[in-house]
Amino acid sequence: MSRIQVSCTVNGDSVDFLCDADGSLLNALRDELGLTGIKEGCGTGDCGACSILMDDELNCACLIFAPEATGTTITTVEGLADGDHLTPLQECFLEGAALQCGICTPGFLVAATALLQHNPNPTETEIRYALAGNLCRCTGYDKIVRAVREAAAQMREASA
Amino acid sequence: MTIAEDPATTSPGYKWVGTRMIRPDGFEKVTGRARFGADIKLNGMLYGHVLRSPHAHATIVSIDTSEAEKMAGVRAVITGADFPDPSGPAGDQDLQRNVIAREKALYEGHTIAAVAAQTRAQAKAAAEAIKVVYEVLPHVMSVDEAMAPGAPLLHPKLMTKGVDPAPTEPSNVASRAVYQGGDLDLGFAESDVVVEGTFTTKPVHQGYIEPHAAVADTTPNGRTTLWCSSQGHFTMRSLSAKVLGWEPSKLKVIPAEIGGGFGGKTTIYLEPLAVRLSQKAGRPVKLVMSRDEVFRATGPASGTKIVGKLGFKNDGTMVAGELWMAYEAGAFAGSPAGAGSMTALAPYTVPNFLIEGFDVVVNKPKVAAYRAPGAPMSSFAVESLIDEAAKKLGIDPIDIRLKNAVTEGCTATYGPKFPRIGFVETLEAIKNHPNYQIPLGPNQGRGVASGFWFNAGLNSSATVHVNEDGNVIVVTGSPDIGGSRASMALMAAEEFGIDAARIQPVVGDTESVGYNDQTGGSRTTLATGAAVIEACRKVIADLRGRAAKQWDVALEKVEWVDGQAQHVEGTQPPLSLADLARGWNRTGGPLTASAALNARGVGSAFSTQVVDLEIDPDTGHVTVLRYLTAQDAGRAIHPSYVEGQLQGGVVQGIGWALNEEYIFDRNGKMENPGFLDYRIPVASDMPMIDTIVVEVPNPGHPYGVRGVGEVGIVPPLAAVANAVDDAVSRRIRDLPLSPVRILDAILNKDS
Amino acid sequence: MKYFAPSTVEEAAGLLAQPNTKVFAGATDVIPQIRAGRPEPDALVDLKKIDRLVSVQRTDATWVIGAATPTTRLTGNAELVAEFPGLVEAAGLIGSDQVQSRSSLGGNLCNASPAADSVPAMVINSARAVIATANGGTRTVAVEDVPVGPGRTTLAPGEFVVEIEIDRPPARTGDAYLRLTPRTEMDIAVVGAGVRVTLDESGTVTDARVALGAVAPTVVRVTAAEAALIGSKLDDVALAAAAAAASAACNPIDDKRGTIAYRTHVAGVLTRRAAVIAGQRAAEKNGASR
Repeated sequence: MSRIQVSCTVNGDSVDFLCDADGSLLNALRDELGLTGIKEGCGTGDCGACSILMDDELNCACLIFAPEATGTTITTVEGLADGDHLTPLQECFLEGAALQCGICTPGFLVAATALLQHNPNPTETEIRYALAGNLCRCTGYDKIVRAVREAAAQMREASA
Repeated sequence: MTIAEDPATTSPGYKWVGTRMIRPDGFEKVTGRARFGADIKLNGMLYGHVLRSPHAHATIVSIDTSEAEKMAGVRAVITGADFPDPSGPAGDQDLQRNVIAREKALYEGHTIAAVAAQTRAQAKAAAEAIKVVYEVLPHVMSVDEAMAPGAPLLHPKLMTKGVDPAPTEPSNVASRAVYQGGDLDLGFAESDVVVEGTFTTKPVHQGYIEPHAAVADTTPNGRTTLWCSSQGHFTMRSLSAKVLGWEPSKLKVIPAEIGGGFGGKTTIYLEPLAVRLSQKAGRPVKLVMSRDEVFRATGPASGTKIVGKLGFKNDGTMVAGELWMAYEAGAFAGSPAGAGSMTALAPYTVPNFLIEGFDVVVNKPKVAAYRAPGAPMSSFAVESLIDEAAKKLGIDPIDIRLKNAVTEGCTATYGPKFPRIGFVETLEAIKNHPNYQIPLGPNQGRGVASGFWFNAGLNSSATVHVNEDGNVIVVTGSPDIGGSRASMALMAAEEFGIDAARIQPVVGDTESVGYNDQTGGSRTTLATGAAVIEACRKVIADLRGRAAKQWDVALEKVEWVDGQAQHVEGTQPPLSLADLARGWNRTGGPLTASAALNARGVGSAFSTQVVDLEIDPDTGHVTVLRYLTAQDAGRAIHPSYVEGQLQGGVVQGIGWALNEEYIFDRNGKMENPGFLDYRIPVASDMPMIDTIVVEVPNPGHPYGVRGVGEVGIVPPLAAVANAVDDAVSRRIRDLPLSPVRILDAILNKDS
Repeated sequence: MKYFAPSTVEEAAGLLAQPNTKVFAGATDVIPQIRAGRPEPDALVDLKKIDRLVSVQRTDATWVIGAATPTTRLTGNAELVAEFPGLVEAAGLIGSDQVQSRSSLGGNLCNASPAADSVPAMVINSARAVIATANGGTRTVAVEDVPVGPGRTTLAPGEFVVEIEIDRPPARTGDAYLRLTPRTEMDIAVVGAGVRVTLDESGTVTDARVALGAVAPTVVRVTAAEAALIGSKLDDVALAAAAAAASAACNPIDDKRGTIAYRTHVAGVLTRRAAVIAGQRAAEKNGASR
């Protein structure tokens, strides 16, 4: 079986990788590009641990065939911070103890980033529904919702 | 919401304990750098795939791996025959048979064989090419079926333990546990009100988001390194060694970060398979479960059937309690029926009681620990019955619990006397909270329940090194599931009197630190924390000695204050940690100390919770409006992560109460092995979890720690059921309280 | 396996002429199905690179929605939301925000799940599926004529849905779709009910459509419920009659997600509630919507 070459932009870098036609983008990003910050919790789009931004849209990498990434621009959790300069969301997750084991955290950070990009001032309910595609079994969501709310406030203040 | 917001109010005299430092491993975890089990990749690594039984119960007639072995990329194929014949205690034999089936497949998903190949696809294809001939046997899927006369037997030699006279015939009942006191008949005769009912719960999964993963690398000279995500790498070492027939020392286990466990990662599944495949292939091998495999093959919590009866005086005094409880063990003995029996009535002073707990094997995956294992189910029955009694007696649900609550000096139903405990304080915290007074609207209900958990001590070791720059490394062997590195850093900072940021907590591998039992039983902050404190104190004693040497004074003249050695009379300029580290060449060499202990002074935990919910009377759908939990933490070392444990336990309990359940078809196959139809709560299902951290210090721990991980999951089952009853006047004794079940109860009043 | 991403309908049709070739839009069902062991096709054809399949257009009379258009583009289209709030809400219920970047009306329809949320909502709006045929042409059928059972459609081998056509609603028309799921999100409908009504100036229902999901092997249009609503002012009697008709039209199964009794009862409940919402929406659209 011949493999398919895919060229795309990931976290600002132009990259190429080889994949099978039916390979998932999740496996390609993890195995071929070493971006293991993206997690597989279910492989069926039901947990959000593999959340990425593809052409600025929130996606589960496990629900994308790897060849579909051709020509796209992808952001993963590894691409959120600027070196050791964390984003307000990352800072607020740490300050607010919005993670326990940390396996779901990359997905939540990417999904919350997507939320705040199009809704800088979400209500608690909006945050909860926007993050409903991301499962967390440790926190009961309380501290995650608070962290997102706090990050949104900080970001609004910074841009005001 | 918490009373621990201001450290000054909760941590008298402490500078670091009770504060909210950013966790030391935080940066790695918000940037995707932290390496979990499935993230490990080695040069030349092969990928494994496990072949699992499609049958709930079947004799394995034959396994033919010859085709699979010839397939492209395949480097190793193993079956049960690649492991030593099971020997030793029954529990060890069961462990081995659960890791890989031998004579029989005992549940759908039971491991039959495994393959290692160059790619995942090759491994999967080869596993599917293994030819297994099964002779399908009748299966039993509930305690009723398993305990029925003439039931198909899972284990032909299983004799019930704990019955007198000992049985002469095998059965599916592995054991019976009994706790009793007083005179039950007299107790019920004295009762003014008796409440009784039969309660059932379904198996539920721990639902950690990270599937199990293991990578093994066995070198030709027999040294093996195993990377896995678990709640205790020393336990993974000893259990894997048992299955492999090795001495534990032959294995080095390196802990990966663990993506949730909740008790479910306290045993082995993939680890010995990866080792044997690696040994056979001569290459590193990685095994990772799919979510489907996690559901089908790893430990859920027991499904249960509990028949309960409680007797009360008119003033609310509980005078009699009788419980018959059967817990599904899954395919091998070892349900938490015993713990469920011990915890059931533990929060209350009931003079006359009889509690029987049965451990029953069924054709389902072997159960594993899940947060306060066994307690939520028995508590569901007891706390539902107490609620019924309170309603009958016209007593407030908090007051009836206050009336019967155990306090210091009371003898628990399971035997020991309680030291200082904080149960009453949790009840009062709820009663005095504004949430408890909020008026409810139509179809809304409020439910109260309490819960108890022992907490554990067990074995912990820690090593503390002072670096040459005066910073400190704290090595423990307890995997950090929920922020324990931060707790260790805070306790060490408190001991040394230095900034917690100068402490680097490390989770060491099995060759870098002394033995540690698992992160479980709510024990890590208590027991591993105690080891850290002891090791710190040894280093500090050493530091004082070095200062005394440097100053040429008696040891008594040196005290350790705020991170430095001071002369009690102030005749010498103080020596900081960095000063003493710099001078260690002259004073005796590097500064390091270890401590190892079997922790005593365990402090039990209590939680009281109240939920307000609303029911759509036409669909049975439940909306949780607000939730309040009050739990005695003893001392919150890092209040944020304590609150997180309380909140997480509550939400797992709500999931258990409302929607989570294993669903099996007629053939014993699980119908919902994914997160779509196994419905753990999502963010939009939940309100904020209002949290009161009660602090009644545990006299058995230097800082008063009790352990906080588990008890939070005990009350929600009954709290939610009690609230449903309050909302729509329907006492439902079967979980989950799904819309289907609630609507049925509403429409069929007599049920 | 091979992967193709054609840029025209004709090219896609040509690829589909090969045996054991499967089209996909968002793949949100295809990938889990392959994972669960469903036989793999020899080739996958990605429809999302065909402009016509990922566009939303409105003419004077009709909306034309590319079959593979991600539902985020529907929920983000204010004009579409204004005219078909029920349809867009239904489309917006398919999965999480992550899934919404991939899910589509065409995919939801052709996956042929009895519980597909957007299908009852399309049916009440008399939506049509434009199907590319194997001979290079197209044919147009009513949406309810596409699914024939769980996972099965009337599409012949080589055919695929190109777009969904929906006539713009008359004045004083409102639609609504409600579903019951145990969780608030990330769930599959145990029951779904869509209702569309058109009112006259006095508030009397002049036209009605009622369709149910997850209560039979395919979407169920409930003409008896429609008849109960037409001529009424959505009073209690009419609503109760519509609810009873909806319950009577159910032919559900007991399964892991619900029981026959539950689905039958709740179909009536949701039909009634959806009718009330649709009526309110219709009343708010006092003027012509075009």
